[in-house]
Amino acid sequence: MNFSDRNLGRREVAGFAAVGVIAFLAIWYAAVWSGVTPRKFLPTPLEVLSELYRLSVEPFVGYTLLEHLVSSFKRFFYGFSLAVTIATPLGLLMAISKPVRVVVSPIFESIRFVAPIAWVPFAALWFGTGIGGPLLVIFMGAFPPMLINSFRGALYVDRKYLEAAQMLGAGPVRQMTEVLLPAAAPSIVAGLRISAGLGWQSLVGAELIVASSGVGYMMVKGQAGIQTATVMSGMIAIGLVGLIIDFSLRQLERRMGRYKETY
Amino acid sequence: MADIVFEGVQRKFVQGGKEFLAVGGVDLTVADREFVAIVGPSGCGKTTCMRMVAGLETPTSGRVLVGGKQVTQPGPERAVVFQQFALFPWKTVRGNVEFGLRTLGLPADQRRERVAQSLALMALTGYEDAYPHQLSGGMQQRVAIARAYVLQPDVLLMDEPFGALDAQTRVVMQEELVRLARTNPKTVLFITHAVEEAVYLADRVVVMSRRPGLIREIVDVKSTRIAERWDDHARIEDVMDLNSFVHMRSHIWRLLREQHLGDDQ
Repeated sequence: MNFSDRNLGRREVAGFAAVGVIAFLAIWYAAVWSGVTPRKFLPTPLEVLSELYRLSVEPFVGYTLLEHLVSSFKRFFYGFSLAVTIATPLGLLMAISKPVRVVVSPIFESIRFVAPIAWVPFAALWFGTGIGGPLLVIFMGAFPPMLINSFRGALYVDRKYLEAAQMLGAGPVRQMTEVLLPAAAPSIVAGLRISAGLGWQSLVGAELIVASSGVGYMMVKGQAGIQTATVMSGMIAIGLVGLIIDFSLRQLERRMGRYKETY
Repeated sequence: MADIVFEGVQRKFVQGGKEFLAVGGVDLTVADREFVAIVGPSGCGKTTCMRMVAGLETPTSGRVLVGGKQVTQPGPERAVVFQQFALFPWKTVRGNVEFGLRTLGLPADQRRERVAQSLALMALTGYEDAYPHQLSGGMQQRVAIARAYVLQPDVLLMDEPFGALDAQTRVVMQEELVRLARTNPKTVLFITHAVEEAVYLADRVVVMSRRPGLIREIVDVKSTRIAERWDDHARIEDVMDLNSFVHMRSHIWRLLREQHLGDDQ
């Protein structure tokens, strides 16, 4: 076997990946069967899989797994869209207007170090278990990376394009939509991916406390009933959806890579 | 009337904490529809002078007037052709040329007509849907000129527009510009460090001295050009062979050379 950093063929990649998965499952089974971990707190992979199936067909705390996922995804989508809609133009505006930059920066720089999860108690106080709570938390997760990428992307756009637009009579709005937005598009799309990832991660945190449906809610109820398999099923579902979101945005990013090569 | 007037224009820059004078006090008038070229060594402030007319820089003291009005910001009545073209890579040729007309709020049919006209003028018909990166350097520069011309600006500002082109393309572009300038004269401020180019194109050549940028001499080319009938020759190399052209070029060369000597002493 060769552990050096050389290029691997497709079959080798698949082989190594399989080794990883099998080793992981083997350790898991070993832990369960040796009795190192109590069965109650660590079911076997197969038991988790069958729980995953059960949750998909039988409602748990009111909804099936898919319904929980849909309600989670909706919250994520609203919060994420809101963050993107506000952060993208604000970032572009900060890049061309020093006053805007000076006004926004200190507030933003202090707020962005408050972890999205740290907004949960505040969100609970304000919104209870309504849509507002999770939305606020997702927003706080998705907003900072989006703003930073939009701003940085626009800041490093060659000034000659802005000067050309200005001499052609373009005002600030046209400079933003027709120069900064297309020129910063690769950076903005990269921001979408980071932002979606953080938004999705914060969502589950929010649902643990301030929701009455969703995967996070399902997991808390599972925990209360000491149903470890239910909790783990939730984790798997979260991971899978996160992977799907990331994969689709990665496709968009790849397309941007090609676009960027044209100039 | 679209004349350009520099009134005691100075421009200071701060570099590495130190202030230096890029343009040291320039007084110059470019008459309406006159073609003036500014030549000088690099760092003499000639580009800065052009950028102040464009409204992309502001004078530290003095003022720049175009058509009697002080320049405070960029605008489509003072179109710029940049050295590095600065075409929008994400827009097609049509998109680039049309951009200024859209900001002016022209209706679609008028835009189409004027874009077609100006593309035809620059021999770009058929390339409307191409992107800049698909075109050669010479064609990209023609798009940049079309983008400026389509605005029907009062003033055309050109910053070493042919500097990035190869020698053959450059000659073709110079001949085209002369044709354009004689048939459809505009007030042009043309920045270059190529002396031959300046003498061939301009009515007057302004020779600037190195930092701080000051006008050293203004050479009248137009009267010689008319007296010696330069425009009867269609090709640039024929003009450049004329004694009157050679004398003028050598005179300007000497002015520039003396500055270098001055620097060395």
